[in-house]
Amino acid sequence: MNRAIKSRLSTSEMNYFPDEVIEHIFDFIASHRDRNSISLVNKSWHKIERYSRHQVFIGNCYAISPERLIRRFPCLRSLTLKGKPHFADFNLVPHEWGGFLHPWIDALAKGRVGLEELRLKRMVVSDESLELLSRSFVSFKSLVLVSCDGFTTDGLASVAANCRHLRELDLQENEIDDHRGQWLNCFPDTCTTLVSLNFACLKGETNLAALERLVARSPNLKSLKVNRAVPLEALTRLMSCAPQLVDLGVGCYENEPEPESFAKLMAAIKKCTLLRSLSGFSEVAPVCLTAFYPICENLTSLNLSYAAELQGNHLIEFVQFCKRVQRLWILDSIGDKGLEIVASSCKELQELRVFPSDPHDEEDNNTAVTEVGLVAISAGCPKLHSILYFCKQMTNEALITVARNCPNFIRFRLCILEPNKPDPITSQSLDEGFGAIVQACKGLRRLSVSGLLTDKVFLYIGMYAEQLEMLSIAFAGDTDKGMLYVLNGCKKLRKLEIRDSPFGNAALLADVGKYETMRSLWMSSCEVTLGGCKRLARNAPWLNVEIINENESGRMERNEEDEREKVDRLYLYRTVVGTRRDAPPCVTIL
Amino acid sequence: MAYEKVNEINLKDTELRLGLPGTEQVKEEQEVSCVRSNKRQYQSDNEEASTPPTKTQIVGWPPVRSYRKNNNSVSYVKVSMDGAPYLRKIDLKTYKNYPELLKELENMFKFTIGEYSEREGYKGSEVVPTYEDKDGDWMLVGDVPWDMFSSSCKRLRIMKGSDALALDSAL
Repeated sequence: MNRAIKSRLSTSEMNYFPDEVIEHIFDFIASHRDRNSISLVNKSWHKIERYSRHQVFIGNCYAISPERLIRRFPCLRSLTLKGKPHFADFNLVPHEWGGFLHPWIDALAKGRVGLEELRLKRMVVSDESLELLSRSFVSFKSLVLVSCDGFTTDGLASVAANCRHLRELDLQENEIDDHRGQWLNCFPDTCTTLVSLNFACLKGETNLAALERLVARSPNLKSLKVNRAVPLEALTRLMSCAPQLVDLGVGCYENEPEPESFAKLMAAIKKCTLLRSLSGFSEVAPVCLTAFYPICENLTSLNLSYAAELQGNHLIEFVQFCKRVQRLWILDSIGDKGLEIVASSCKELQELRVFPSDPHDEEDNNTAVTEVGLVAISAGCPKLHSILYFCKQMTNEALITVARNCPNFIRFRLCILEPNKPDPITSQSLDEGFGAIVQACKGLRRLSVSGLLTDKVFLYIGMYAEQLEMLSIAFAGDTDKGMLYVLNGCKKLRKLEIRDSPFGNAALLADVGKYETMRSLWMSSCEVTLGGCKRLARNAPWLNVEIINENESGRMERNEEDEREKVDRLYLYRTVVGTRRDAPPCVTIL
Repeated sequence: MAYEKVNEINLKDTELRLGLPGTEQVKEEQEVSCVRSNKRQYQSDNEEASTPPTKTQIVGWPPVRSYRKNNNSVSYVKVSMDGAPYLRKIDLKTYKNYPELLKELENMFKFTIGEYSEREGYKGSEVVPTYEDKDGDWMLVGDVPWDMFSSSCKRLRIMKGSDALALDSAL
């Protein structure tokens, strides 16, 4: 909250203002954290804030219940919910673990909440929930689903058919059962309000005629991301009737097109002068990519990370013309040389993600990137603040250089593909390299470490990473001290996720109160035992301590428990509503 | 047929055969009415005697979303030819049978290949097309039914010279 406002208006003065005026002032405060702070000032402010809060963010759907949410914020319009822990992305969480949307929709519907926007991440969504959603909220405008599963295109059909004022339907990387139905046909002819439509993750065929009609009657459409099944000719027609597009996701074009088709495509692309963001390309023949050259210079966001077969040289040819790109997601097929070219061409770059084209090194290819590419980027791109980098190797020297070049990192996620890999030149651990990063990057909020690491790197992290909120650790550390350095040092830590590291009960239990300041802790394949977890659960009733068993055969029988047994997966989180009742058999909540 | 031990697995245990459990069927050659493994023993000068160790894959590593992993795994396989300086990639889905595939390979790498016969392999060819399957075994292209091949083939290698002869004669 603005310090000037704070100092000028003391609470006693503000109490002379009518509520509406105070509420109006609160309208200027958007950040959740600031809003939370305001609500703690006094009862009056708490009440005003409650009724004027329209947007709520819930980072862990089990931290609170829908009923309590609605009781406190009855005027809720926009809700963000996150379900499964992050490592669910990598198959470390059983499918049926939880994160069900239905109770939320049910409660919101019963509470007659005027819901307009819903953003979900890693939640289990059912067709029934989507149907209920579509019928319960008259003003519903925006549905964004990220990494969710459990539903089919039938659910989408309900949303299309019943949400009269739908502006946004954004499906990002969800597992959706495609019934190859006619969900696109379900948008009524009267629906002309679409601003954003993203169905790139649908695997089935698309009713092209329905799609074209929909786009044609949506003059406000700014963002369109289609799936693989939209061929080149159809894309051309879509772009022709939507030249106002700002954000485009294309399909799969692995074959070279006929010259006439190609010419038409180029003509359509040229007209899209407002296009700033390009993605899709689940496969693309090089010549198809060249059709987009006319608008390269305008792009601020480019995602070519799904084009696994696109060779490095073609990738480089394209990217080097994208001189204004700020957000770039690509595959490591670009190579170090390619990254050097990016560094010299893309001076506006802020966020870079380099994904592995061959995650399991099945092909023994040599095109993966190394420390050379990272150093080049850090040297050439002064505005870089976020990076996700999968690479074959990394050196301390490189990391130290990167730290010096880029002290502005907010997110630094490095994944060296081979676990425990040391600095190939010195054969040492990468403690010093990561140490340099945390020391230089005073604003670092998110960090993922990899490679050979001892307890020392965690000492550095605890000492220097003052703003760190999220830390991901894999195959690192030597003793409990490592984890303790982090828990004691990182005051702003909210999420800690650890796998395959030798941290045990001593670290887990040293400061139980710490977990109340955090959203969650994940530990898998570490040294914590059942006994340690039980002790933690006893001492911290405000936590849900979940043990996820390896074999999902059933809950642990009391008489079979061995306190010394190592826990396969531990997930704990603070909550105000106690033990959840929807846990599957493979999850035991202590 | 003498069953050998490959990688500590007694091949006899992995054999699929007709017959009631407990009965022994000893036949010199069996008609292939059911799908069975027809792995020839193969050794090359350039590779180690044992099959290359498959990398043990760690669950959830590297940390790439399954959505992304599934998206990126296509049915393209790499094709190499001994002596050729380049690799090519082909999408096995685009071929319906062996003749189509072999014709394409011939075009790609400019060689001619002889007739394939189950007993004698590619007798009389200067080259022999081989492939690595899901289990890491090197097989002769054509040994198994097409569908089985196209779903289990991980990469192709066109072998030349003495290696080719060694494979051919190993039965």
